Amino acid sequence: MSTDTDPGPGITGDAAATDAKQRNKRARQVLFGCAAFTVLTTLAIFLVLIDNAISYFYGARATEMIFLGVEPQSAVGLIEFLNVRELLAGEARWAPEHATPSHNAWPIIFGTLAITVGAAFVSIPIGTATALYVSEYASPEVRSKLKPTLEVLAGIPTIVYGYFAIAFINPVVLGPIAGLFGINIGRYSMLSGMLVVGIMTIPMVSSISEDAMQAVPDDLRNGAYALGATKYDVSVSVVTPAAISGIFASYILAVSRAIGETMAVTLAAGFNANITANPFSEIMTMTAYMVSMARGTSAIGTIEYQSLFAVGLVLFCMTLMMNLLNDWFKRRFQEEYR
Amino acid sequence: MSTSEESLITTEVSSERTGRSDRPDATVLAARDLDVYYGDDRALASVDVEIPEHKVTAIIGPSGCGKSTFLRCINRMNDQIAVCRVDGDLSFHGKNVYDDDVDPVALRRRVGMVFQKPNPFPKSIYDNVAYGLKIQGFDGDMDARVEEALRGAALWGEVKDQLDSSGLDLSGGQQQRLCIARAIAPDPEVILMDEPTSALDPVAASKIEDLIDELAEQYTVVIVTHNMQQAARISDKTAVFLTGGKLVEFDDTAKVFENPDEPRVEEYITGKFG
Repeated sequence: MSTDTDPGPGITGDAAATDAKQRNKRARQVLFGCAAFTVLTTLAIFLVLIDNAISYFYGARATEMIFLGVEPQSAVGLIEFLNVRELLAGEARWAPEHATPSHNAWPIIFGTLAITVGAAFVSIPIGTATALYVSEYASPEVRSKLKPTLEVLAGIPTIVYGYFAIAFINPVVLGPIAGLFGINIGRYSMLSGMLVVGIMTIPMVSSISEDAMQAVPDDLRNGAYALGATKYDVSVSVVTPAAISGIFASYILAVSRAIGETMAVTLAAGFNANITANPFSEIMTMTAYMVSMARGTSAIGTIEYQSLFAVGLVLFCMTLMMNLLNDWFKRRFQEEYR
Repeated sequence: MSTSEESLITTEVSSERTGRSDRPDATVLAARDLDVYYGDDRALASVDVEIPEHKVTAIIGPSGCGKSTFLRCINRMNDQIAVCRVDGDLSFHGKNVYDDDVDPVALRRRVGMVFQKPNPFPKSIYDNVAYGLKIQGFDGDMDARVEEALRGAALWGEVKDQLDSSGLDLSGGQQQRLCIARAIAPDPEVILMDEPTSALDPVAASKIEDLIDELAEQYTVVIVTHNMQQAARISDKTAVFLTGGKLVEFDDTAKVFENPDEPRVEEYITGKFG
């Protein structure tokens, strides 16, 4: 029987094959739709943010200027918003709703940066050490108990952390310490915010770092052990450098989370926008400001209200920068081993 | 532990080396009635063997016969496996390495190892070679030791202008020679090799074989191999393990390959099974 007289079943396609092809096509469309939805939502949020932020600076939204021909007018200038001279003179005030309003954003930018840096000092060392312990030192039994515990810590709602700060960290832990310095701690404090956000982001650092360390091939560990390396040598000089891009990614994620953290930090650090070196005093982060403004009494569309979007845009830029930094680092230090 | 650290002193080691020709068959490693279990499975059954100094000892046998297990007993790499249990005696210069007072870290500083798959660290060529010396706290002329080790591994000429580039940029055969350089840099006495050429192409493999021949002038080499021609080419002594973790024959390589005592060894060597 020669092939050109009888091609046999299945290669020209029958009804079943056509059905399968159709199903495949529909699946592709649905999946693409979902992916496109995500991208479009992100894009829309970004555009609304920019559009409204522009009205804070020019008195009218970009869409109003383009489609309704509204003339731009000077509202809050960018220079006023980020006035460095006032910052250096110690006169920066963020009080858009005040009787004599002031729109210098540095106090709340300081609040966010202070919390972020303070939290990083808690989460990065403890998270990295935890990851090394779980990945390299812990016995299988200990590991099987520690990992779920860390995941539970990651799953606690942030509002619970906020209450933890307001009801325990601030009055019970920090109160007596502040007392030693003769400082009367209020309901909120910067240090309480740093600690609670730091604790909150430990599981992020530890679990992502640990995944990266586990991905380091055992061949490398054995090579080092065979040279007479101790567990410490292997952890510090083989596993950590080999996993560095994943470890760094975990830091970036933790820092991004700290920048954007809202609920816990609002309850822990408070609502008083000021630049201070006193860890026991109340400060305000950008997110805390946005919470208080959004639930406040200012009318929608007023300059005070539109400041929400300008601050949101700054926040967005900060996290975007973190993502770009992560991408760059990944490309630079990607693990080369296979 | 302190005694084994003291005997790490290089002069003592090298004085032993110069004595090589005087006592050609001095035993470095001796196993007596060595049993190894993985859980309930017995991987080695009453192994007795004496490995001579400055010779190449090949260990051959079919898959799963316990060759690699035996090799990993010598520098206690089996400690990494939780279910592994060792009974009997395995002595290094007369001291049982499984005694309670033996520190596996100190032992591994005198017994180097090269693995089946080249496993350079994701570091520069220089740092790969210097690694063992660094963790051992060496504070002498590092550049000289790195060069010496790379020359010893027949790699210096190929990499001397790129010591700062990553060890992973080298070819497979070069990576394996880098791993050999890494193993010999801290100047161990014994080098264990676990199928060091099985992941390499024939040309790269033959370079490693030539190198093993040279290494035997300075070091005691124990090599596990699947390749019987290789064992016949490069080794002075051959140990044949057969299934069940039993050492069935151990003698001069020529004797094992030409006139083995055990009929099963002859069948294995001539390819009737395995």
